[in-house]
Amino acid sequence: MTNGWIDIKNTDMMLIMGGNPAENHPCGFKWAIEAKRNRNAKMIVVDPRFTRTAATADLFLQIRAGADIAFLGGLVNYAIQNNRLAKEYLLNYTNASFLVKEGFQLPENGLYSGFDPATQTYDKSTWNYQEGGNMAGKAAPIDRPAATAAPAPAVLPPNVAYDLALEHPRCVFQLLKKQYARYTPETVERITGIPKDQFLKAADLFTSIRKDGDTKKVASVIYAVGWTQHTVGTQIIRTAAILQLMLGNVGRAGGGVNALRGHSNIQGATDMAGVFDLLPGYLKMPRPEDTDLAAYLKRVTPTVSKPGPWDSFSYWSNTPKFAVSLLKALYGPAATKQDDWAFHYLPKIDRQYSWTQLWDRMYRGEVKGLLSFGMNGVMIGPDTKKNIAALKKAEWLVVGELYPDETSEFWRAPGTTTEQMRQIQTTVYRLPCAGFAEKDGSFTNSARWLQWKNAALPPPGDARLDQDILAQIFLRVRDLYKKEGGKFPDPILNAAWSYTDPQHPSLSEVTKEINGKALADLKDEKTGQEIKTGQQLPGFAWLKDDGTTAAGNWIYCGAWTEAGPQLARRGTEDPSGLGIYPNWAWSWPANRRVLYNRASCDVEGKPWDPSRKQVWWNEAAGRWVGNDVPDFKADSPPKDHMGPFIMNPEGVGRIFAPLAAFAEGPFPEHYEPMESPVKNPLHPNQSNNPVVKKFTTAEDVYGTVEQGFTVICTTYRLTEHYHYWTKHNPMNVETVPEPFVEISADMAKDYGIEGGETIKVTSARGTYIAKAFVTRRIKAMLIDGKKMHQIGIPIHWGYRGIAEDAGKTANTPANLLTPTVIDPNAFTPEFKGFLVKVEKA
Amino acid sequence: MDTTRRDFLKVAAAGGAAATVFGFDLAPAYAQLRELKIARATETRSTCPYCSVSCGVIIYTLGDRAKNVTPQVIHVEGDPDHPINRGTLCPKGASLEQDILNPRRLTKPQVRRPGKTEWEDISWDNAIGEIAQRVKKTRDETFVEKDASGRTVNRCEGMAFTGGCTDTNEFNYLVVKAMRSLGVCYLENQARV
Repeated sequence: MTNGWIDIKNTDMMLIMGGNPAENHPCGFKWAIEAKRNRNAKMIVVDPRFTRTAATADLFLQIRAGADIAFLGGLVNYAIQNNRLAKEYLLNYTNASFLVKEGFQLPENGLYSGFDPATQTYDKSTWNYQEGGNMAGKAAPIDRPAATAAPAPAVLPPNVAYDLALEHPRCVFQLLKKQYARYTPETVERITGIPKDQFLKAADLFTSIRKDGDTKKVASVIYAVGWTQHTVGTQIIRTAAILQLMLGNVGRAGGGVNALRGHSNIQGATDMAGVFDLLPGYLKMPRPEDTDLAAYLKRVTPTVSKPGPWDSFSYWSNTPKFAVSLLKALYGPAATKQDDWAFHYLPKIDRQYSWTQLWDRMYRGEVKGLLSFGMNGVMIGPDTKKNIAALKKAEWLVVGELYPDETSEFWRAPGTTTEQMRQIQTTVYRLPCAGFAEKDGSFTNSARWLQWKNAALPPPGDARLDQDILAQIFLRVRDLYKKEGGKFPDPILNAAWSYTDPQHPSLSEVTKEINGKALADLKDEKTGQEIKTGQQLPGFAWLKDDGTTAAGNWIYCGAWTEAGPQLARRGTEDPSGLGIYPNWAWSWPANRRVLYNRASCDVEGKPWDPSRKQVWWNEAAGRWVGNDVPDFKADSPPKDHMGPFIMNPEGVGRIFAPLAAFAEGPFPEHYEPMESPVKNPLHPNQSNNPVVKKFTTAEDVYGTVEQGFTVICTTYRLTEHYHYWTKHNPMNVETVPEPFVEISADMAKDYGIEGGETIKVTSARGTYIAKAFVTRRIKAMLIDGKKMHQIGIPIHWGYRGIAEDAGKTANTPANLLTPTVIDPNAFTPEFKGFLVKVEKA
Repeated sequence: MDTTRRDFLKVAAAGGAAATVFGFDLAPAYAQLRELKIARATETRSTCPYCSVSCGVIIYTLGDRAKNVTPQVIHVEGDPDHPINRGTLCPKGASLEQDILNPRRLTKPQVRRPGKTEWEDISWDNAIGEIAQRVKKTRDETFVEKDASGRTVNRCEGMAFTGGCTDTNEFNYLVVKAMRSLGVCYLENQARV
């Protein structure tokens, strides 16, 4: 989230879409209700189902799963056509005035400029700003044919051409206007199934916060995996970000783009780079062309790109300090300047190694071993059957878990005969791990708060702490390399592991290492403040690129300082009343609770709304001050016009995302899901995402309407269950004892299905069997003029659990149905909006 | 004066002072409180492991944390001091005691050998020893030091690590340190899906 849970109470308007917080985040949803009660805030809910969130909304619209960009693009168009914009914000805090290069083309035929159908990739050189100065009132240069244009270097120009009148035909605002002019209410209706009059009602309500030039009100966009789990997931969120930038809602209390996130520490897992393409603190993984650290840093450290008269902090320019401090934390004394800070210890990647690719290459026999801790890959999917087939080809599997799970028992999945089991050569180790109550350490919630938790009891039986198991395996591998030698043992032998008890690393020691410390005496020349060798660093501003600091994750620097564990603080005071709680736990970065909060003020540095003062410029002190920690260069006066979006090299928010920022294009475009019941009404010849990642094994089949897969299916969670975990808890199993398929009353009538009757849902990949749950929460829809049915399947049942073990389910995990196809930016599979057929079982 | 429920009880616990603050004697109310089963329990502050709201929870255990005393969980409830959940828990959080004290929990290491149809018990020492040997063997067999162009890549592509949603930040950091040092590229997490 750019903002936080409690901050939702400050909003005037909510768009909740792709998420169902009333059921999936019940104790956080109270803050949305608080906003309705205390501020008379309005709530718009857009969802394929009339959820319990929808039940509290002022306006509910039923949308076809996978049509989100069409709806949001329609809102962008409505806001522009009706002048419901935050003009000063748009002009000064976004790249609306920037000029885009000649030769850049919008996807009127479904493709941006530069597409190569043979490789299914884009040459993105035209997706860039034009170099130059103030172009106000100047005629657009004549477009030269792209073929004769010199090949452009793939970097942003330092001095961007701009037109503050926003009239130049190639300025971002005019291109945005043109791009979304196609998203008329009629087109929105054809694609989404939302009737035009309902769409217009929602568009009017959402943008009403900017009616008649009002700049005080603020709207929040709230979403979850209903947005991410699509082949265009990243671009759905991008559309929301564009909308929020146009309306001036980012950086403000009660505003922002807020990912609810579904698990206790996946925010932390992302921050800590539990993903193939990152290193801790969102540093990029090195590539083979990074032949040394200098080459890596040159590639990943952005350079400023902005209009001449403006200023840009471009905080990522400090990347070398973050990277060298990370290498010092990972490799300690072995990371020396002479040895390029042990940069060559890190693997260099030149392709994608994401979740679905991992399972795909295990299926192909390339991945021979898997260590899995608390991650039930067979159930998580997509395509449970493919993942089971992949594990059968692996040589070994190590599972660390709390309960008997489907992944560790893949070799005896339902339907596997004894004879077949004898053919499976995989060795499986199942290690009993510790539950949350048995471990200390920290979780990071979706509001970016790091919170320390304490261990209440030891693990049961012979179960061990996860960190102990990992340490013991790693140290045993190290011993083997010491004794026997082997391939490139240096990083294994030299990884810093000097914890007080290396076999049982104390998590408080690890947190301190993540925070970082001084490796030499440091002094801030400006303030005279000194930090002695060995002391904890107070914040990331102290990090150096000369090896005198170590920090395992620069964004967490400040979490455990010389003043103690900031992440364990329990101060319940909230002096501003804005729900900031500055002394409760610790929020990255630098305890800032709302990101980009400089944008909560006008150009002069005064809050847009004096009743919701977050930060402001104090002229007498010559500093930014406030109730929150300013997310800005504290001494940059408003007259310098430094942009509030300090992590972008432009300093401003990106309505147009240049160059390689996104795979499909600088503006989002509606593409149909991989399995769609209709051809894309915008451009039938380019129906799907042109750069989507599909897979090609025998298991990877995609269904079509022609094959009889005519029903749109989406998956969801229930309030009473948590993923594949509470199926082991008697109380949760008692409240919702068995799986079901939610179908509309209309569909039940069409198909002659009675509520409670067992039905069979089949996709191109597998079959799911459960009772029909006939409701009026889903309705048949008209998509591009044709009547279509949508169904919903809760994900919580597999083949190990209380109900499963008692033989009360059909042992068919929901992800038997889902396709292996992924968003090319975030690599998230399309769990939402795929095609099935429905029959009586 | 803002008084939370917990502050109120703390004041109440101070006895005589409460009489002056509230103008009446709270001693009978306090005596009643002490009869609650959690009154003599140890309170441990934790965070709900389910969704990302991060509801504060209090785990009540019997046992004074003295050496050789195993704490027994007797109750789990929402932490009323927590600014987000303010003591509330959802149907999942409300059943956390059953997650902690669950007879279905795995309590011993096991191995399923190739071609076998049942689990076998294995000692921790043997399990870790065998896993370490497999990790080394797979790494040595699949490690790539240079790519086709002769550039250093130091990759181990034959092995993968997947982490879960309830792994702590500190565990995740140790995973990065250990796995990237082995050269692992297939490093993924619930955060992806």
